[in-house]
Amino acid sequence: MVELRLREAISKGLREALDNDEKCLLMGEDIGEYGGAYAVTKGFLDQYGEKRIRDMPIAESIIAGAAIGSAMGGLKPIVEIMTINFTLLAMDQIVNHAAKIRYMSNGQISAPIILRTVTGGGGGLAATHSQNFEGWYASVPGLIVVTPSNPYDALGLMRSCIEINDPVIYVEHCLLYSMRGDVPEEYYKVPIGQASVIREGTDVTVVTYSGMVNVCLEAADILASQNINVEVIDLRSLRPLDIDTPTSSVAKTGRAVVVEENWKTGGFGAEISTSLHEKAFDYLESPIIRICGEEVPMPYTRKLESATIPNSSRIVNEIKLMLRA
Amino acid sequence: MPVTLDKQNALDIYELMCLIRAFEEECASQYMRGTIRGFLHLYIGQEGVAAGAISALQDDDYVITHYRDHGHAIARKLDINAIMAELMGKSTGVSGGRGGSMHLFDVSKGFMGGYAIVGGQLPIAVGLAIAIDYCDEKKVTMCFLGDGAVNEGYFHESLNLASLWKLPIVFILENNLYGMGSHIDKTHATGHNLYLAADEYNIPAAQIDGMDVVSVLETVESAVDRTRSGAGPILIEAKTYRFSGHSMSDPGNYRNVTEINEWKQKDPIAQFLNYALSQNIFGPNDIASIDESVKQAIQDAVEFAQQSEEPEIESLYRNIYG
Repeated sequence: MVELRLREAISKGLREALDNDEKCLLMGEDIGEYGGAYAVTKGFLDQYGEKRIRDMPIAESIIAGAAIGSAMGGLKPIVEIMTINFTLLAMDQIVNHAAKIRYMSNGQISAPIILRTVTGGGGGLAATHSQNFEGWYASVPGLIVVTPSNPYDALGLMRSCIEINDPVIYVEHCLLYSMRGDVPEEYYKVPIGQASVIREGTDVTVVTYSGMVNVCLEAADILASQNINVEVIDLRSLRPLDIDTPTSSVAKTGRAVVVEENWKTGGFGAEISTSLHEKAFDYLESPIIRICGEEVPMPYTRKLESATIPNSSRIVNEIKLMLRA
Repeated sequence: MPVTLDKQNALDIYELMCLIRAFEEECASQYMRGTIRGFLHLYIGQEGVAAGAISALQDDDYVITHYRDHGHAIARKLDINAIMAELMGKSTGVSGGRGGSMHLFDVSKGFMGGYAIVGGQLPIAVGLAIAIDYCDEKKVTMCFLGDGAVNEGYFHESLNLASLWKLPIVFILENNLYGMGSHIDKTHATGHNLYLAADEYNIPAAQIDGMDVVSVLETVESAVDRTRSGAGPILIEAKTYRFSGHSMSDPGNYRNVTEINEWKQKDPIAQFLNYALSQNIFGPNDIASIDESVKQAIQDAVEFAQQSEEPEIESLYRNIYG
């Protein structure tokens, strides 16, 4: 094992991709000289040169489209769009083009791009820079959406994403880049579409992903000290969605709590809880609870921002209420 | 028009334009009979642009276009049986019945698709050109767009990057004066001279008569040569006109008959025929068989499409991940 920060795990995955395939190139906003807004590609320009590490104009449509077209032309592009908020400017290319080409061409050609982007709030960036749109992309057939919450998954998922012939939205959380975690020195992969039981428990199942995983683990620690054993499931991929792992867990615990940073209305948590109702209704001893971000544009000031994003004490309280503990 | 065409080339171009025209007329008729559904955008009147421009390409070049794509597909020598089958929603269609009129694909011919979001093909065209450049290939990407696409952000983002990275891409802007039912004067600040926008991005550009296939061929040939030699992108604006409506559901109330008739005087097929005959490039006897062979080809295409099967329901989830 070697300890890596999440940022370093992504970098390692990118370096492997570049080293293993000369058709692989990186494109994006300030990924070269600047080293990436979150320093994931620091040093890449010097190592790989301008042909393979390409700074692009701040023009998200062409970033996404250039990736799609170059992938159709035989390259393996990995692009970075600085935040998921900015991907809205590229949404037509992602949803109407990347997601459609393999199906609509009857399999003649595909757009195997990896589009890295950054989700989440908590950094004091206010309403236009703190959103969670991965669930929107996860609703689109033809896309793959992965949401690593730790260095192990970040590297393992990157390795899987590189190998597939379809467009991937690889979603990083803005607060996780410095998170440390053990990563095996030997080669491994994390399969796309496979959730992980990140903490075992018997009393209640918490289903979550990305930045909320750590918050849920914190809540589980607190509840453990009160003799409530929480099982925490990290979905890791939103599309394809592994609903079997949460279902098996609910079969054991009889209770499910869905935690997401996003708004509740139309959020991805609605998809998870509905899918659980379909699959696990007979195991449920009480209604599924959704714990989500407050339904406001994210406020700037710390006090209000903290009140908007789910935290461990809110999760603890909701679970205790659910268990009448 | 200077003579640059030999007899066989001239006959090929004449036959190609006739084939596109006849194909589109047959589509209109099939649409009325309900065998073609959805949107159907006909290319009648614009044949000179696709025929001239695509004839300037080599086999391994890329072509990518907008949703009025039948003419480009036929000019790129896609199997017209498979195009007609696509329009009729059959499994033998060029896109397996998944795409329809607006989304024709044949990657084996470098035909990278018709795209139905206005301007959406431009960034992809740039990406294809990046791939050519990255691999040091001698290919070019030819990207067709309509006048409506010039008002999309895509146009500007794409021209900027194409020029910045000196990419091998030839933009063919088909200015038929109308974005659906709105005249260009109502939608574009500079009016008719759209090609001037390329200047902003340091891309050489020219405006030509798109109703004159010889002019299209000559201009595009030299543009393609220039781009293939590594000189970067170029934009050709072809002034043209669609003789029929935007789509089959067009009420047609925004254009007057005088205007339509004026443009019909410039019919690219009649114009080229007169030119070729008057210049003795070919004679009346040389084209006697063309009408018949075009008619036969269309009839064969319809028959092939009609006899083809619809895709199996079991194939619904083919080519989708998960």
